[in-house]
Parts: sequence; C-alpha cells; structure tokens
Amino acid sequence: MTETIGIWIAAFLTLCMFSFLYKDNPFYKFAEHLFVGVSMGYYIPYTYYNAFIPYAYNPLFLKKEYILIIPFIIGFLYWFRFSSKYSWVSRYPIAFGMGMVGMGVPMSMHATVLVQMRSMMLPLDNINIILIFIGTISILLYFFFSKAHEGVYGKFTSIGIWFMMVGFGASFGYTVMARISLLIGRIQFLLGDWLGLIK
Amino acid sequence: MKRQIPLMIVLILGLLFVAHVFIPSRLSTDYLDWFMKWTKVIGPFAIVLGVFSLVYVHYNKIKRKAPTWGYSIVTLTALVVTTAVGFIWGIQEGTPYMWIFKNFNVPLGATMFSLLAFYIASAAYKAFRARSIEATVLLVAAIIVMLGRVSIGQAITHWIPDITEWILNVPNLAAKRGIALGVGLGMTATSLKIMLGIERSYLGGKD
Repeated sequence: MTETIGIWIAAFLTLCMFSFLYKDNPFYKFAEHLFVGVSMGYYIPYTYYNAFIPYAYNPLFLKKEYILIIPFIIGFLYWFRFSSKYSWVSRYPIAFGMGMVGMGVPMSMHATVLVQMRSMMLPLDNINIILIFIGTISILLYFFFSKAHEGVYGKFTSIGIWFMMVGFGASFGYTVMARISLLIGRIQFLLGDWLGLIK
Repeated sequence: MKRQIPLMIVLILGLLFVAHVFIPSRLSTDYLDWFMKWTKVIGPFAIVLGVFSLVYVHYNKIKRKAPTWGYSIVTLTALVVTTAVGFIWGIQEGTPYMWIFKNFNVPLGATMFSLLAFYIASAAYKAFRARSIEATVLLVAAIIVMLGRVSIGQAITHWIPDITEWILNVPNLAAKRGIALGVGLGMTATSLKIMLGIERSYLGGKD
C-alpha cells in the first residue's frame, strides 16, 4: 500500500516537474519548493547521524576525548555569522578549513601539471601521439597572451582552437547523453512503474 | 584579531600541509590525521548556517506576504516534516525517512536534471548553428560522440563507435590536457595567494 502511494506521489511530482516544459506554472513552483525543503530536511538528520554522532558526539562524550572540546568550540564560532557585530569571529573556523589550501600547492602541481607533462613526454613514433602533442602545445600557446597571435605563430595557435572545439563537442555530447539517460529513466518510471504499460 | 589571526591560521596550517607532502614522516601523518579529525568535528556545525539561511529567507517571505509566499510554506513544511521524520524514526533503510527520500527526493531530482536534456538541445541549436568552421567542428564532434554512445550509431555504421573512441582518446585528450595544465598552474597560484594572504575574499566582511 505504502509502495503504491509512493509511486503515485513520485509520478505526480515527476509530471509537476515536466509541466515546466510548457511554461512556468504553479505545479512546477510547488514541486520546486518542495524539492528544496525535502533536500535540506534530508541532509539535517543525515549529517547528524553520519557526521556529528560518530565524529563529534561519541568521541567527546562516550570516549571522553576532551581535547575535542576545542574543535567543538571552533565549530560553534560559525554561528557568529548571524551576528552583525561579531560576524568576524566566524572567520576562525573558515580559516581552519582554508588551511587545506597548503595541500593544494604541491598536490595540484603534481596531479594536474607534472603528471600531465610526464604523460605527454612519450616517443613521437605514432600519429596519435604526435597529434596529442601538437594539440596540447598549440592549446597552451593559444592561452599565452604575451605574444601577438599573428603570422606562423597565430596559425599554429589557431590549431589549438580546433582541438578545443573537438574537446568541447565531445564533452557536450557526453553531457547530453547523461541527461537523456535520466530522461529515459523518468519515462520508464512513468510508463512502467506507474502505468504498467512496459515491463 | 579580526583579520590577522585568521590569516596566520591559514598560513601556518598551509605551511604544515606543504611540509606534510614534501617531508613524509610519522609526524606529518599524525598532523594530517589530527587535521582531518578536527575538520570532521567542525564540519557539521556549518549546516546550521544553511538551515538558518533557508528558514530566514522563507520566514521573511511569509511574514511580508511577498509574492508567491505560499510556496515558502511548502518549503518550510517539507523541511520540518523530513527533519522530524528522520529524527523520530531514524535514517535506516525501510524507515519513513527513506520512503520520503525514495518517493520525493529521487523523482524530483532526476526529473529536474532530465529537463536539462530539452534545454541543452535548444541551447545547442542556438549556439551551434554552423556559422563558422570551428562551430561546425564542435557540432560534428558532438553528434559523432552522441551517436557513438548509443546502439543506433553501431547500426548506422561500425565506424561511428570507432571514430568516437578516437575523438575521445586523441583530440579530446589533447584538449583536456592543455586545459588541465592551465588549470593546474592556476590552482597552484591561487592556493599560494590564499596561503600568503594575498587573496582574502573568503574572509568576507568589511573590517
């Protein structure tokens, strides 16, 4: 019984959302606002049970790790954001989190620069490897604005645009297919689970 | 006190993280464990900011009887009911909380994102009309990749999946790599700017 009610509710909400294809209307607005409320309502108990209880409450109050009083206090400092006079206090927990950027310096240098360069430094004995090499260099030079893009140099950098266009096209194609598969999922739900027209 | 201490915290923790990466040792591993442990304690407190902000915006809309204030009642009711259900019956599989997730969250989220399939298609029509050679290249690459990912592409000719693979593994890889190198250098520079206190916008506020 609860499953049937659930399917009918899900079908109604799906149709409410799809009604936006016609134009903005009260059914869509209702579904949109409901989504915001339910999503936030979902994350409060989820965070409480999966983050606060195991990592904050249990270690401090059950395992008696009293040192955790300090991050507790730092966490409370977030709430000073609500005060117009003392909102600057909330910068302390934000700064604590931002300390992570120190990791970003060597890690981003390693993962997105050195690893990529190492992958590029292969023997140019294959047409595909030569194309990848030319494409990468021409894209990098395209974004180098200290030299005017004219003459032979300008022609070479314009090859970079072509490579980027193919890359953007591929990314676009992938994104469209991901959205289409979601759409197929919803249509299957409506025709299968709800109306029972397809098995 | 208002700016200097937060900046010092970022600098000191940041330098310790740099040391953690470059000088692997027991001490640096302990530092990472300590930081992660404390971050997990601090993190849940931030959700209160989000909840308060949402409640504040919608409460004010209802109070002022702003246009479409009735929908704010829907949002706040959904927020209160879902939260209460989660705390009263728990969040395990089979609870009313998971029933709400399955029958409200999942269809609403999936349908909202599937709507983008229509809008992405109309945006593509406007953007990709082959007005230049570059736009044509983009259009052709997108069509081949889309066809290559579904069975109709194989049915038309077996070349389409092969060309799709080639596009993804050669020109697409070159494009991704060129952009990734730029992004990587940008991330490194931005991280350094934040650590050294040159970039301070995350602190917000006036003073």
